[in-house]
Amino acid sequence: MGGDYDEMWRGLGLDLPAHERLLELLGGYYREVYLSQADRPRAMAYLDAVMADIHGGRVRELQAARAEGRKVVGTFCVFVPEELVLAAGAACVGLCAGAEVGFAEAERLLPRNTCPLVKSFFGFRLARLCPFMAACDLLVGETTCDGKKKAYELLADLAPTYVMEVPQAKRSADRALFREEVRRLAEALEALTGRRITAEGLARAVRLVNRRRRALQRLARLRGADPAPISGRDALLVNQVAFYDDPERFTGAVEALCDELEARVAAGRGVAPAGTPRLLVAGAPMAVPNWKVPHVVEGAGAVIVGEESCIGERHTRDLVDEAAADLDALLDALVDRYLRIDCACFTPNDDRLDHVVEMVRRTRADGVVHFALQFCQPYAIEAARVRDRLDREGIPMLRIETDYSMEDVDALATRIEAFVETLG
Amino acid sequence: MGRRGVDAVGIDVGSRTVEVVAVAAGAVRVRRRAETAFDYLDQVRRMLSDLDFRSALATGYGRHLVAKELGIGAVTEIRAHAAGAAVLRPGARAVLDIGGQDTKAMTLGPGGRVLRFEMNDRCAAGTGRFFEVTAQSLGCPLEDFGALALSGADTVAISSMCTVFAETEVVALRSRGVPAADVARALVASVAGRAAAMLRRVGAAGEVVFTGGVARNRAMAEVLAGVAGLPVWVPPEPDFTGALGAALLAARPRPGKVDPVPPRDEAARNGPPGTRCGEPGG
Repeated sequence: MGGDYDEMWRGLGLDLPAHERLLELLGGYYREVYLSQADRPRAMAYLDAVMADIHGGRVRELQAARAEGRKVVGTFCVFVPEELVLAAGAACVGLCAGAEVGFAEAERLLPRNTCPLVKSFFGFRLARLCPFMAACDLLVGETTCDGKKKAYELLADLAPTYVMEVPQAKRSADRALFREEVRRLAEALEALTGRRITAEGLARAVRLVNRRRRALQRLARLRGADPAPISGRDALLVNQVAFYDDPERFTGAVEALCDELEARVAAGRGVAPAGTPRLLVAGAPMAVPNWKVPHVVEGAGAVIVGEESCIGERHTRDLVDEAAADLDALLDALVDRYLRIDCACFTPNDDRLDHVVEMVRRTRADGVVHFALQFCQPYAIEAARVRDRLDREGIPMLRIETDYSMEDVDALATRIEAFVETLG
Repeated sequence: MGRRGVDAVGIDVGSRTVEVVAVAAGAVRVRRRAETAFDYLDQVRRMLSDLDFRSALATGYGRHLVAKELGIGAVTEIRAHAAGAAVLRPGARAVLDIGGQDTKAMTLGPGGRVLRFEMNDRCAAGTGRFFEVTAQSLGCPLEDFGALALSGADTVAISSMCTVFAETEVVALRSRGVPAADVARALVASVAGRAAAMLRRVGAAGEVVFTGGVARNRAMAEVLAGVAGLPVWVPPEPDFTGALGAALLAARPRPGKVDPVPPRDEAARNGPPGTRCGEPGG
């Protein structure tokens, strides 16, 4: 890695020596978590190549597009309708926020007890370590939690930032608010790119993003097989890369992976023997390279068969209705789809409880690991309601709350191993 | 010295001490304890050097290294304490283990199967280490700490669970002239309160089997019974419960699986009866 990208990274204002160290660390961690796995699907080679080139190839593509006058929009949340970004002629990337990077710098602005995801995107920005963020012409934030909401006010001093409001309930007034926010974002994107969002352009973007969602849904369904055809770590990686890879190319890679997994399932071949304890991970998102919990879970002799998370099925479960004929109807269809997201920022959020149970049944999971990031109140508090519901359904659950540091790995391993023992 | 033949061995490598228990024909033959050395692997090898055993399991925070190096299996402390408690106290349904750096509460089903558990995550607040530090700041040897607390009255409260902050509180209370016995009592009450909350979270009802080194502090069992509103039973050698459980699991035909039939309680006959707190005449 490195060498030939130095000029591009320098042009993006990165701290080259620190960035070099980050890539080395990341490479070592990737080898430990990913390349050490036995009998991985061959099609994961695409993901390995993407990861080996994580700050290089895709950034170069985006820079090339910018040189031709296209814009790049960065987002932090599954609530920002990617379809609008694409329809306005811009590229859309989800931004890296899964590493304990630049926290010392971030803590000059943010309180120490801030969720690691928020701290991380500040850390990457302030330590000048994220080429994606640096390549963005606009960052689009949203008001899904107080930490992010207030943090975007500070981020606006560092980079061009736009914030869309996401309501906290799903009544008709909330829908009207979100509909207006979608229209307002469309206008802002048109102003950024100088291109009008047309019905044809939006319909095309809807079909493209739906295709990617369908491919990821297919991957999710294949994981219901016992033995599981793919590890939870690999499947999480696929869901993580979905946020910043070129959607067309990525969808092709996922379909190829699914073809291979289908053959594996037909042959009864898996990454762990049949009967291996199967776990669903539910809760807060795990952004690249936050592979800590899956690594510990699968190191404890279980296999993860689903992610009830924004980087997982919350991102892929619902499709946008493709039948809408005109622009207004398409925007309505977007609003309908996005308001089905069952983020813990909503109250009430009972749909999520149904979805967790549905996923446990579909993936034939033996139990649920409920994951909350430290200081993420929505998920940490909602865990109690998930537990009540799973108790009633007779589904075991382990609740964990952690951050991006490695200091609690041994204690986490003990709890996760003990949980797996109770399932045996 | 000749080598001793036994069926199975359990090795509990905790943060403060290593315990070894060897069983034969369902009864305890050997109990050994040593302070955990930095190189605990070598220490464990020495502790096992005169034992011939057919199977063994490691538990405790050092379980993986020991298991890997000795070529044996590993179980978590949670499962090991559950298995030990289920044999020491047949029919046990709730266990509290307070060790050197961890607190675990669990509820058990038939055969010592763990139904639900809770464990402190990353901080050693309210564990054995907490008492080591605070007893020192009271100028009281750890082995006398329980007696001191039992002689104290409920006149003050310690609000901090953090070992460092609690020490600060102890210094402040001492400067206000509060008797050492009352401060000791308050320290015990604060740990008991935290343990009781953990027991409530796992849904413990009925008698609690209290294991781990901190259970040797007699005041803890008494105060805990009052705070939790549950009877508390302490086995005769509470700090050997994990090693005993690991040994008994290792002695089973398939150590990796939970035995659906409750095991016989012969192991329990090797020591004096345990102590019960929290019941009339208990």
